[in-house]
Amino acid sequence: MKKKKRKELLLQGNEAIVEGALKAGCRFFAGYPITPATEISEILSVKLPKVDGTFIQMEDEIASLGAVIGASLTGTKSMTATSGPGFSLMQENLGFAIITEIPCVIVDAMRGGPSTGLPTSPSQSDVMQARWGTHGDHPIIVLCPSTVSECFTLTIKAFNFSERFRNPVILLVDEVVAHMREKIAIPDDEEIEVFNRVKPTVPPEWYIPYQDTPRGVPPMADFGEGYRYHVTGLTHDIRGFPTSRPDEIDPFIRRLFRKISQNFGEMQIGEFFMTDDADISIVAYGCVARSAKRAVIDARERGIKVGLLKLNTIWPFMRTAVEKLVAKSKIVIVPEMNMGQISREVKRVIKSDVKVFTINKVDSTIITPEEIWARIKEVS
Amino acid sequence: MAEITKLIHKYLRHDKKFPHVWCPGCGIGIMLGALIRAIDSSGYDKDDIVLVSGIGCTGRLPVYVDFNTLHTTHGRALTFATGIKLAKPRLKVIVVMGDGDAIAIGGNHFIHAARRNIDLTSIIVNNSVYGMTGGQYSPATPYGMKTTTSMYSNVEHDFKIAELAVTAGAAFVGRGTVYHAKLLDSLFEKAFHKAGFSVVEVISHCHTQYGRLNRMGSAVEMMEWQRDHAVTVEKARQMKSDELQDKFVIGVLVDRELPPYEEEYEKVRKWAKGVDKK
Amino acid sequence: MAFRYDIRLSGSGGQGLILIGIILAEAIGIYDGKYVVQTQSYGPEARGGSSKSEVVVSDTEIDYPKAMKLDCLLAMNQKSCDDYYMDLKPDGLLIVDSTFVTQIPLPKAYQIPFTHMARTIFKREMVANIIALGALAKLTGIVSPKSLELSVLSRVPKGTEKLNRDALRAGIKAAEKAKKAFSPRIISEREDEDT
Repeated sequence: MKKKKRKELLLQGNEAIVEGALKAGCRFFAGYPITPATEISEILSVKLPKVDGTFIQMEDEIASLGAVIGASLTGTKSMTATSGPGFSLMQENLGFAIITEIPCVIVDAMRGGPSTGLPTSPSQSDVMQARWGTHGDHPIIVLCPSTVSECFTLTIKAFNFSERFRNPVILLVDEVVAHMREKIAIPDDEEIEVFNRVKPTVPPEWYIPYQDTPRGVPPMADFGEGYRYHVTGLTHDIRGFPTSRPDEIDPFIRRLFRKISQNFGEMQIGEFFMTDDADISIVAYGCVARSAKRAVIDARERGIKVGLLKLNTIWPFMRTAVEKLVAKSKIVIVPEMNMGQISREVKRVIKSDVKVFTINKVDSTIITPEEIWARIKEVS
Repeated sequence: MAEITKLIHKYLRHDKKFPHVWCPGCGIGIMLGALIRAIDSSGYDKDDIVLVSGIGCTGRLPVYVDFNTLHTTHGRALTFATGIKLAKPRLKVIVVMGDGDAIAIGGNHFIHAARRNIDLTSIIVNNSVYGMTGGQYSPATPYGMKTTTSMYSNVEHDFKIAELAVTAGAAFVGRGTVYHAKLLDSLFEKAFHKAGFSVVEVISHCHTQYGRLNRMGSAVEMMEWQRDHAVTVEKARQMKSDELQDKFVIGVLVDRELPPYEEEYEKVRKWAKGVDKK
Repeated sequence: MAFRYDIRLSGSGGQGLILIGIILAEAIGIYDGKYVVQTQSYGPEARGGSSKSEVVVSDTEIDYPKAMKLDCLLAMNQKSCDDYYMDLKPDGLLIVDSTFVTQIPLPKAYQIPFTHMARTIFKREMVANIIALGALAKLTGIVSPKSLELSVLSRVPKGTEKLNRDALRAGIKAAEKAKKAFSPRIISEREDEDT
């Protein structure tokens, strides 16, 4: 059978996120308008009711994530989208979703901060908020697209990871990528891998909602399907009831971390570009990875062997990829639109005497290929 | 007695989570009794009930009952309940909150849930104080009262929770007390059967914190205070405003027909699909 | 080095520059099948302030998404012309709406009164952007006219197709005329009170 040519569309990053969410099976969205994520709300308010889904505009971002978690508890794949100020408000319920292991996807379209900051300008300064924004020790998965196509594919991945690992997943997109339009070929449904959460197969009376499994991820029952169980933000035992017993608390917290760390390999997404023989390597993500790619090409034309590691998975941090990089490169440059949130991680994981240089741009504009090229010349 | 034993066995997680956290004499137990009786007489299947709570003494209630139970973050119970109800409308979603939970930190969610008229039942146990954290003043603490954060005297004025719900647009609003336990049974039942956002404010007492600081006596004496200061809606209509000065009204404050959000959103789905025109 | 063509469409908020950026990108990307990225920048000044939309065209995947040195600048008002003409490549193309741009910073520029044409020919100022798009297409040759027309028709509101098609064609025609008589300002269609 002849393969059908995929239909190409010109889509904005935010539009591609919507398409990805719908393909992944998202049927519930609760949100609060905020630039530069508003398009996601607007489009889903039109598209979700068409597929018997639900869109609701809540009174604030705290309520939005609360509603998303509630909907997910009934077995409905759910999502919200926001920007820095709203993401700050969501940290409270983000922690709740983590401790109760309720899957959900949060899009944070990064803009300049702190506070109201620069509503319409790009930034990459929520990297650490995404990692450690909510209180308490916790694992998190954060993905970051740098093209419109990746907005689509990584949104699907975000849903898949959140369902597979019963953990919230954050899609960290910057304003440039959120608002940029590019060509994208939407694959047919059969080409898209969609993962749905594992449900209990035992009868309700045997169901132990937070019991450990080899993968560290317990099956999750939907509310209203006969498995009456308790869900609480208090630290709980394997039955879901609050506990203050150290011998129950410790394995619980460790399992939360283990379910991510032992399945680490599955969630590492990135791209090595001309790194095999690179003397200098760039580590970049989001819109800056695009500038970095151009800088690599320009540098190569001028005879300097530069490579790029593009991070699509921000958290858990791609330690092994960076280690592989510095097996050859003795200089690493980390350009980012913040004061050094990922460069700190790069420095942390490098154990050798490799030099790490940064480019930190915080003037509300994207780092240009020339700026990266200038740094390459400086350090080479 | 046999009837009560039957209810206890049917609805409480008696083998798992007792003894409970509440102080001896607490009104929440009376409210829980009324809640279970009302659910039982309404004939709901336990699998179809979701009981959602926030944080505080009342927030601990769901853990003891055998439903789908969800103990959320402080003040946010209604937001989670909104998501549950919209994603699976066939479920009966009941939200229990305290006064601090519902109208301080959760005040915004409360008025917006009422405004949207989501088909949820909100039960607010108003004991005039933050009990779990040790007796600090809440938005329901009356002017002039002593709490552990208003040791000189409270200089803020209290929200009248039921009246706030009426103004915010709830379809059904009732108020009872833990003294008038039978009235609670009937208010809960009416609230459950109401399509739309229903609110029952339950006047209760915190004798261990609030009562002690304000020399209001034991739990029994505080319940007698409830008896002496509660006036039925019918009786209140006959009374002059100065007679009502230190009283509060119990019974059904409002019961009106308003289209619930879920029905309205069903229209949106039809418009979106082009089945109906807008 | 791969082919890359950088276009900036600039003017003030409300002149429809983001829309024509999208239309142009769709024509080039979807109908002509080239690689394309469209970006925009707007700020608190979006209402009445300056607005710009950029389209980058290439025959391979595009890395840096914003315009670098410009191959073409469309300036729909004086301020955007003043702000951005320096970004043009030495052989870059400057197209201005001569209704509003009266001081030309470069020796070479195509000056067409897009807004004036919209007012007088179509009685609708709002089609000035589509006229400009037609002219830009003709002058740059970056997009096939057929693709552009398809793209315009798919993006404009229902019921305005004919108006927009005519506006696009008027723009193409005006560009042909301007190309023949390169450089001298097209004064004939201007009315003094508009300056």
